[in-house]
This record gives sequence, structure tokens and C-alpha cells, in this order.
Amino acid sequence: MEEHTKAKKYGMVIDLDKCTGCGACMAACMAENNVPFKKDESNKLDSITWMRVYKLTNGKKFPEAEICYIPRPCMHCEGDHGHAPCVSVCPAVATDYSHETGIVSQIYTRCFGCRYCMAACPYHARYFNWWDPVWPDGMEKYLSPNVSPRMRGVVEKCSFCFHRYQLAMNKAYVEGHRELKEDEYQTSCTQACPAGAIIFGDLNNPGHAVCQIAKPDHKHGGRPMNPNAFRLLERLGTNPKVYYLSSRRWVRRAGDNYIKDEGKQGNH
Amino acid sequence: MDSALIPEGVKRCSFGKFIFWLVIFGAVLLWGVVAMLLCWFKGLNQTNMNDAYGFALWIWADLAVIAIGGGAFFTGLLRYIFGKDELKNIINYAVLIGFICYSSALLILAIDIGQPLRGWFIFWHANVHSMLTEVAFCLSCYFAVLTIEYIPLILENRQIDRVPFFHNLSHNMHGIMAIFAATGAFLSFFHQGSLGGVAGVLFGRPFAYREGVFIWPWTFFLFTWSAAACGPCFTILITWITEKIARKKLVKQNVIMLLAKIAGWMLATYTIAKIVDTWYWATVTAPAAGFNFMDFYSNNPLYGIWILVLEIVICGIIPSIILITKTGRRYSFLLISAVFLGALNACVNRWVMVLQVMAVPVLTFESWFMYFPSWQEIATTILPVAYGIILIMISYRYLPIFPQEQEIEEEKHASIFV
Repeated sequence: MEEHTKAKKYGMVIDLDKCTGCGACMAACMAENNVPFKKDESNKLDSITWMRVYKLTNGKKFPEAEICYIPRPCMHCEGDHGHAPCVSVCPAVATDYSHETGIVSQIYTRCFGCRYCMAACPYHARYFNWWDPVWPDGMEKYLSPNVSPRMRGVVEKCSFCFHRYQLAMNKAYVEGHRELKEDEYQTSCTQACPAGAIIFGDLNNPGHAVCQIAKPDHKHGGRPMNPNAFRLLERLGTNPKVYYLSSRRWVRRAGDNYIKDEGKQGNH
Repeated sequence: MDSALIPEGVKRCSFGKFIFWLVIFGAVLLWGVVAMLLCWFKGLNQTNMNDAYGFALWIWADLAVIAIGGGAFFTGLLRYIFGKDELKNIINYAVLIGFICYSSALLILAIDIGQPLRGWFIFWHANVHSMLTEVAFCLSCYFAVLTIEYIPLILENRQIDRVPFFHNLSHNMHGIMAIFAATGAFLSFFHQGSLGGVAGVLFGRPFAYREGVFIWPWTFFLFTWSAAACGPCFTILITWITEKIARKKLVKQNVIMLLAKIAGWMLATYTIAKIVDTWYWATVTAPAAGFNFMDFYSNNPLYGIWILVLEIVICGIIPSIILITKTGRRYSFLLISAVFLGALNACVNRWVMVLQVMAVPVLTFESWFMYFPSWQEIATTILPVAYGIILIMISYRYLPIFPQEQEIEEEKHASIFV
């Protein structure tokens, strides 16, 4: 009899000191996941970017001016109390939290487009298909057969390239093993990053780089024990699975909100 | 021309005048229908909503009409359960207004979803943890109750009432109306609350999030409370407008006074609860998420502290004082101003709890999101108003909505001859 495999908690560490803001992760994500695009993508409020790179500045003038790029996929929140902000609100169970992988899924054929999940997500990681996808002539042939394109009127978001997990699990099953090695399941953005700024793996597995770098404290909602690591909007209790690294304090502080004069002495 | 359909003993305007206004409001309705069809056939790209503003004008309209339509359940509760017998003279109109508000809300919801043909998924694949699921179930059930409460009114039309079956059906339905009133109050408590819960459970949105009891955030109770307070205000306001248009008194003043007094006390207690809620949120809940109180009311072109003052002071404290004092209620101008402000209270509150929630930036590197609705959104929001006016016009003309109308008219005549 086969043993039950240990629950995974797939997550990401993004080293902001390495990120150059080149956007390769965004392009790779769109190609990999058949993300639709418009002729004019300049309005970021109605275009779909599962992975979006934000530009931050420290607000100072030259020569103290500094910038930082923050790639933002879906955070695949677990929630401090076991509920992702978006999952519990969906009235039709069109989005789900997998306790097997820690991935928040989106079921496009179930979603009826109420957009409550979008209202609930503080990261703006969820996108609505305001239009039906229109692919340039001939591009249909280049779409990934592993990811279903979405129709108008439904919400979509980063899936941590879940189809890659399914393919890797199929392959592993055929090969007679149930546990995936770290390199057998990697997201497209991770592989596309030329600076190696994105690291992906199982946060529950001490052998995986993400676990070693972020050092999540599972007893305290996965808070990072690495002093240079932080998560976006940590104090909201969303318990996200994307960690960021930065040696710069202003970048770490930009990850969360603080009331006036709060924690000026603290690390985060 | 249609005099055989008009209730006995009352006067109505000429048929031509009636048709003229019907055509005017019908044109407005048609404009809304065109916009609605555009949204259904071309999709929600017809709106100015975006990924930051997934909830916008329509959700506000939904929440607002349900709140101000709360006069139906609360007046029903007072009349049938608490035995406030005088309110039988306004309950018909409260039911009609509620029916209009709830049918409008359901229509707007049907336009607002990205895949309207999948709307039934909310019932079929229901997520019991979602406040929106509870809203959908209770809203639909309560709309059914309102329909049941409205049917006997239709059956009381002079011509329909002549048919013995309909006459008896209407009579028997009146007999069991207390059961429906109780059911309506029960359902309303939950769906009004759930609508409050929709915003209150958003722990990723510090402007909306509230703590609470078990699964219910404080907004759950506040929304129910405010609907019970502001709904009757709207009923009184619409009754007054109808009287002005009809150029005659339709409901006796003692009935209005009683409902206004109860609405006043509900509004006063609600305002106190709202102040306590705001204070706790501003000093405990929001700072815990890293937000100063003024972060929510500064650095943007629209949402200043004025909106909080408008909601709590101008639309809360002031109408409460007017409505709970005998002197305030006695002066028509003060009374009508107070019920107008009371109804506006719920509208402002729902606006804040939907549109301002979306506008406030949560990520530190984002700024305020501003939005202005497209003409299609505006037209589809005005559509229910035109529909409501038309339904009131037809109901007022052909149904005995106001039981005291004939009596008031006779008294007036008697006083002239005396």
C-alpha cells in the first residue's frame, strides 16, 4: 500500500535586489497561460496581467533616488484563519484553495462573473475578461494546448502554472514515484527570469530553496524568519505564499502600511 | 375611458394625461432597456468598471434600493407582528415600494454579472460561506414574499374583484398575511445583514473590514438596522411625493406621524451604533492594519471627511432629532426634510461601503482609484426608477392602494359643506 504524500505548500521567493524590471516574467506568463491581450495594453486597469511588475521609488531626489521593481503574481493566500480573502467570498465555489498544493484555483466554467473575489483581493491579482479574447491571425496555432482560454465575463488569475504541476504529476506517476523533485515543477515566470530573481518550490519542504531562503514560520502564519524577507500586506492576515527579499529597508517597508511614526526603529 | 377599472369613490386624472406621462416614463424605461441589452449582448465592456472597480454603480444601486425598500418588511413587522394597527393604512404602499425596489435589485444583479446565463450557479453551486450566496437566497425568497403580498392588492381591482374566485382568494390571502409578514421580516433580517456582511468580511480591504460576532461582522447588524430605519423614511417620502402629484391627502397624518416616530427612534439608535462602530474601526481595526483614520479621507479628489459628516451628522443625527421630537414631526417641511435625509443616509452609507471601498488604495505603491460610470450604467440604473414610477402610476390608478383615500375625500367634502 502506498503512503499518503505530505501536503505541499507551493510558494515563491522573489529577490528584489536581483529584479531588473525587464518584464520577461510577464511575457512568459502571458504566452504560457494563453492570457488574452488588446491592441492597446496601456490601460492597466482593464488589461490582464497575471504577473504584473510594479515600479517603486523611494521618493527621494538625485542622488539618493532609488527604484525597485516588484513582480506581483497571485499571492495564493491561505489566510491566517484558513480562508483566502477571495475563496470564501465566491458565491459559486468557482475558486478554491487546494490543501494538497496550497494553490488557489479558478474554475472558469463555473465563474459567472460577479467579481466579488476581485473586490476581496487587496493585491489586484484577479482580472476580469471585459472582452472575448481576440488572437491575431494565425496565433491560435501557437496557443498552449494545456491551458483553456477564457471567455468574456469571467475572472482569471495566476495559477502558479498549475497545468505544469498536473503534467509533472502525470509523468511522475508513470515513472513510479509520487513526490516531485524541486526542478520537476517550476512556473514559467521562474524559468524565464534572466536574473534568477524568482525561486519557486514547496514551502513545506526544508530541502527546497524557497523554504531555506524565506524560512517560513508555520506556527505563525508562515511569517518569514529571514530578516530580509517580507510579504505584501502581511498585517492584513492574508498569509500569502509569495515572499520578497530585499536588503533595502525602504523596500521592505513599502510592502505594508504603517500608521504614523509606527515601527520606525523596527526592521520591517 | 378606463373608468370601469378605477376604484369606486375616488377621482383620477384623465386617461389622456395618464397615457402622456406613461409614454414619457416609458421612453426613459426604453433608454434603460437599450443600455441593458447592450450590456447583455456586448458584455460589461460597455461599462466604465475596471479591474480595480469590479463593484461599482450597480452594486451601490442594488444595496441602496434594498435598504430603502426595507420599509416593506419593517412596516409589515410593525403592523402584523407588533400590532400597530394604524399602519394598515400605509402597508399597501410600503409593500408596493418594496416590490419595486426588490424587483429592481434583481434586475440590476442580472445585468451586473459577467455571464448572465450562468446566474443560476449561485443557487446550484452555492458556497455556504459566501455572504453573496445568503443574499441571493434570501433576496429571491423575500421577493417571492413581496409578490405574494402584492397579489391580493391586484386582486382588489374593481373588475378582478367581481370574479368570486379572485375575491375569495384575495380575502383568504389577507387572512394569512401575518405569516408572510413574519417570513418577510425573518428573510429581510438575513439578506439586509448579508449585504452588510458582503463588505464587512473583506479582511483584505481595511476600509470595509469589521470585526463582529461569530461569522457576522458588525456591518451585518448595522445594515439591517439602517434598513429598518431608512426604509420607512423612504416610504413616507414617496407617500408625500405621491400626495403632492395627486394634489390630495392619501394617508392620514396620524399614520405618517406614527411611522415617522418609529423611524426616528430606529434612526437615532442606528446612528449611535454607527458612531460607536466608526470610532472602534478608526481607533482599533484600521490602525491594526496599518492605516490612519485620515488615510481613508485624504489624497484623492472626491472622498474627504465631508462624506462621513454627511452620513453621520447631516443624514443621521439631524433627521433623528427632528423625527423623535413631536415639534419636529409636526412641521411638514422639517418632517419631509428629515425623511429625505433619512433615506439619503442609507444611500450614502451604501455608496461608501461599495465605491469608497474600491477607491481606497491598499498596496502602498498604488494610488486612489477613481471611476465615473458610463451612460449604459447610468441608464440601467435609471431604468428601475422609471419602472417604479410606471408601476406606481398604474397601481395608484387602478388599485385601492390607499384605504383612507375615500374617507379623507369624504371628510374634505363634508368640511366644505359645513
